[in-house]
Amino acid sequence: MFEIRIHSRGGQGGVTAARLLALAAIHDGKYATAAPFYGAERRGAPIVSFVRIDDKPIKIYSQIKKPDMVIVLDASVMDVVDVLQGLKGGGNVLVNSQQKKEFSGYASSNVDLTGIALREKLVVSGSPILNTPVIGALAKMGIVSVDSAKQAIREMFTDERNVKAAEAAYREMSA
Amino acid sequence: MKKIATGNKAVAEAVKQAGPDVVAAYPITPQTEIVEQVAEFVSSGELKSRYIPVESEHSAMAACIGASITGARTFTATSSHGLLYMHEMTNWAAGARLPVVMTNVNRSLGPGWNIWAEHTDALQERDTGWLQVYVSTVQEAYDATLMAFRIAEHNDVLLPVMVNLDGFLLSHIMQPLDTVELGDFIPPLTLPHAIDPKSPTGYGGLTGPDQHFKFRWDIERSMRDSVKVIDDTQKEFAKRFGRQYGFTEDYRCDDADVVVVAMGTLGKEAEVAIDLLRKEGIKAGSMRLRWLRPFPKLVLIGKEVVVIDRDYSFGRGGILATEIMAQTKEELFSVIAGIGGQEVTYEDVADFVRNRRMGTESWFGVNSNV
Repeated sequence: MFEIRIHSRGGQGGVTAARLLALAAIHDGKYATAAPFYGAERRGAPIVSFVRIDDKPIKIYSQIKKPDMVIVLDASVMDVVDVLQGLKGGGNVLVNSQQKKEFSGYASSNVDLTGIALREKLVVSGSPILNTPVIGALAKMGIVSVDSAKQAIREMFTDERNVKAAEAAYREMSA
Repeated sequence: MKKIATGNKAVAEAVKQAGPDVVAAYPITPQTEIVEQVAEFVSSGELKSRYIPVESEHSAMAACIGASITGARTFTATSSHGLLYMHEMTNWAAGARLPVVMTNVNRSLGPGWNIWAEHTDALQERDTGWLQVYVSTVQEAYDATLMAFRIAEHNDVLLPVMVNLDGFLLSHIMQPLDTVELGDFIPPLTLPHAIDPKSPTGYGGLTGPDQHFKFRWDIERSMRDSVKVIDDTQKEFAKRFGRQYGFTEDYRCDDADVVVVAMGTLGKEAEVAIDLLRKEGIKAGSMRLRWLRPFPKLVLIGKEVVVIDRDYSFGRGGILATEIMAQTKEELFSVIAGIGGQEVTYEDVADFVRNRRMGTESWFGVNSNV
């Protein structure tokens, strides 16, 4: 089983990113679940979502304690939350950032999702949409296939700019 | 096409296919997504149904009762305090022998204010005459909702059915969902006592001490008859759509020395604990209780039983543990865990088994042995 924890702020699309990722994994022929953790959060508060991907049906509902990978959609969350908590040694940290950030003992990648969203004019209520571009970065990392990523995005969104943003993230991600 | 859905969306999809004539509902977290989605289906014309927005859950159930009495197929959904607010009317629905189908998204009761999963809400409706089923996956939420209509409306039953799913843990998780071509799986509803304006009769009038017990007994008679209807419905569902359901879902129970009994998502996650324990040489099994009413005959003779209650009856104990003790007379280890959404993992469930003390009760996070 491959377990991913997504850190974001309420309203940034972390929950939808988890759902897109699970849907793409299912299109790859895998089993997947996407579970947001609902606390007393509201717009702007740090939140987490969980994605599990496996070759067999997934029976676990509890929170992910030891993720294989962490995605940080809002780098400012790292000031208030230990995003590395429980991350397996050598596990990957993908950060939405222009600059690469090193984490001792872990692999790290970065991609400027915010910049991509602004370029593609994917902005809702003043917030850049990060959930569709991040799926492109995850396809680059081989978590899901490119075809399944695009299919999942098109099933959940009608605006083709979402696919373009994912393609941009695929191109621009640096490992 | 492969689909993915939340538990709430899966329920709404099943409701759309079951095609209730009337839906009356009031939103409440974490159920709101169901009534929103059903309202959208009605608005778009995908579901030809009369949708009655009401000012309270008491009115939601009252509207379902009024509609059902005319012979209409009815649906509502609620949770927690909404369910409790219906309580007077849930008794009425069962007493009037109306096959209302309701989804209850299990949620804790306040105070303090808590929106997370717990079964005490539905269990406080235990004695109303409603059939109750508890599900553990998005797929099962969909399947059980379809079956609920067929079971409730069967003329050997004619009692309301409540489908329970854990708040957030199941209502908001996304999992794969296979939908079915329903065909004639749910036959048209024929309510034998439907009111007829051409032949007006009194309804729900005074029932004296010489009669009332007969109507109460009649509820119980149908509750007992429902066992066969549930069994037949689940078999027919498996035959048509390929997915098997029983009164319980038993996992590695046959040769087990110790069996974990739980409901809902915790009952499903317990299977992972069983695999873990088996690797350690502990012969453990899991029995996930699906139907609480009618309460099935559980085969637990000769086994140590660990019951996990996500609920409590103050001054008595875990409600599930109490029910099982009353039936089996076996000593068991009662664990109270998951109250108000308390985080419980399969590793914790494995610990409950490893550290079991038969004949005692432990509160997870309070008592030191679990």
